[in-house]
Amino acid sequence: MPASSNAAVVEVKHLTKHFPIKKGLFIRKQTGAVRAVDDVEFEIRDGETLGLVGESGCGKTTVGRVILGLESPTSGSIMFRGDDLTKQSPAKLRALRRDMQIVFQDPYGSLNPRMTVESIVMEPMEIHGVGSASERKARVAELLEKVGLDPDYRKRYPNEFSGGQRQRIGIARALALNPKLIICDEPVSALDVSVQSQVVNLLQDLQHELGLTYLFISHDLSVVKHISDRVAVMYLGKIVEIAPKSELYANPLHCYTQALLSAIPLASTGPRRKRIILQGDVPSPLNPPSGCRFHTRCPNAQSRCRSEEPAPTEVSPGHIVACHRYC
Amino acid sequence: MNQSAHEQRALLEVENLTTCFDTEDGLVTPVDSVSFSIGLGETLGLVGESGCGKSVTSLSIMRLIPTPPGRIASGRVILDGEDLLKKSVHEMDEIRGCKASMIFQEPMTSLNPVFTVGNQIIETIMRHQKVNKVDARARAVEMLKLVGIPSAESRLDDYPHQLSGGMRQRVMIAMSLSCNPKLLIADEPTTALDVTIQAQILELLESLQEQLGMSVLLITHALGVVAEVADRVAVMYAGQIVEEADTESLFSSPVHPYTLGLLQSIPKLDEERDRLQTIEGVVPNPLKMPAGCRFHPRCAHAQERCKVEAPALRAIADGHNVRCWLANPSPSGGER
Repeated sequence: MPASSNAAVVEVKHLTKHFPIKKGLFIRKQTGAVRAVDDVEFEIRDGETLGLVGESGCGKTTVGRVILGLESPTSGSIMFRGDDLTKQSPAKLRALRRDMQIVFQDPYGSLNPRMTVESIVMEPMEIHGVGSASERKARVAELLEKVGLDPDYRKRYPNEFSGGQRQRIGIARALALNPKLIICDEPVSALDVSVQSQVVNLLQDLQHELGLTYLFISHDLSVVKHISDRVAVMYLGKIVEIAPKSELYANPLHCYTQALLSAIPLASTGPRRKRIILQGDVPSPLNPPSGCRFHTRCPNAQSRCRSEEPAPTEVSPGHIVACHRYC
Repeated sequence: MNQSAHEQRALLEVENLTTCFDTEDGLVTPVDSVSFSIGLGETLGLVGESGCGKSVTSLSIMRLIPTPPGRIASGRVILDGEDLLKKSVHEMDEIRGCKASMIFQEPMTSLNPVFTVGNQIIETIMRHQKVNKVDARARAVEMLKLVGIPSAESRLDDYPHQLSGGMRQRVMIAMSLSCNPKLLIADEPTTALDVTIQAQILELLESLQEQLGMSVLLITHALGVVAEVADRVAVMYAGQIVEEADTESLFSSPVHPYTLGLLQSIPKLDEERDRLQTIEGVVPNPLKMPAGCRFHPRCAHAQERCKVEAPALRAIADGHNVRCWLANPSPSGGER
């Protein structure tokens, strides 16, 4: 796996995305904002996989979409191989976006049912004007083979494929322009376990072969542990902990990470770990708690946690945690 | 813990249950002579991938199969000494929600959005018990408290959309337990929930089972959930049970190649591996079930016999049944 000294492909600084909430029929006044992503900072290094985990509504998907430019950030900067994506002209941005692609969660909803596999995989090349018609056709066949599909299937429609095969089509489409970075947004969550492992293996093989960099967004901590080099944990729009994989799973520091890890049911009957059961639900991102956002559910919360927001602190090389107990 | 209880008396016995559906392309049999039993106070985990027939099994037990196109072709479902398949529609109405109740996967869609949750729980109570509305309401509050919903009295007047997913699933559990069922069928009760909420709900189900002493049929695709909660496990593949054992033996010494493949294909938190094992191929089309053992096209150990002759579910050890020609009856278990 890649060394930590590799250059950063993506560097996100103070990234914030608020979705405004407007009220009123004619005079639309902003009455509040969903703070989906709030002052998030991380980098993804060349050739590595950064896992981004968190529960539903924590903002992990929004982070991926903002990096790709599918949503514009409220503030902050996103450096992609030296260029700040938030400051580019639309034309330049379009060219830059060739190098980043996304694989979506839902293999049923993310492929147009009226297009053949060939036209789905070819579409990115058409949009970016890559190659002649015959070159594109040859490239589609090559890509399908690469993701483990028979190129003879190229004239078929998505409904003729199983979930795992559709996800392979989605991956082939993401690879069409030879990207540097692929954002995998819950790529295996909709698949059955036996098929899930096939797709995870494929993603790993492609990374080795093509030198890809992944941002792997998932709620499944076991899959993230398997595929990632480093892991970032999000809670209510904030990254609460980020560390190399082995460090994070062996020595989780933030109470939320600890609870999250202990909550996963293990498929074995060895001695039971102590489960930390968090009380309550995730608070609304419309009106997140003051201070540390986790304090309402944290078993170790103190008065300071309610008033003061903990700053991310590097406690050991590469292990950053935002919790008052370690500042 | 309930192995002895199970041997004493079974609450639910399913024998050779077969359910078929007429489709435009022909007859499919999503559940093909499935047999199992659940003891008093026991939790049986029924696991398998999507389309293996686990949900149809549960719907067949509750007689909720839409007819037509579906029908229960044969078998017996004995709940507490009575065959549910011989009951009239009216008699089933009395049993459902009372003696046997069910929690569904989708807490978002299994509650009626136009009625308050209190209304829906009270309806269930008044349908099955001879109580007036005031008592039913008191009982509903008590149930909501039991499942750990804070300020239960005021929550009773909330509509489902005002509650989070975890809270809705708690309401579903409260509703299904309001008449003290003997059997609770939980069909993927935590699949739609986040891990921390899943842990809450699983712990709640476990403690409620201890308090109320009901039997649980837990249907899920998550092997981890089964390992934590179930006393015994039955693994389904393509409409049949392929392996059945107590949880300890199933996870420590799985015998059927499919069970083994499933266990090896999930990444585990407590071990490091470079590559995940996979089960090649896909689940067979129910219209074209393979001859012989249904798993043979995907099985690495398949032999000539597996392709032509279908294996029966055989006991290889006490309480450990396997549907595989290669399984040897030995106490240590397994062909490896």
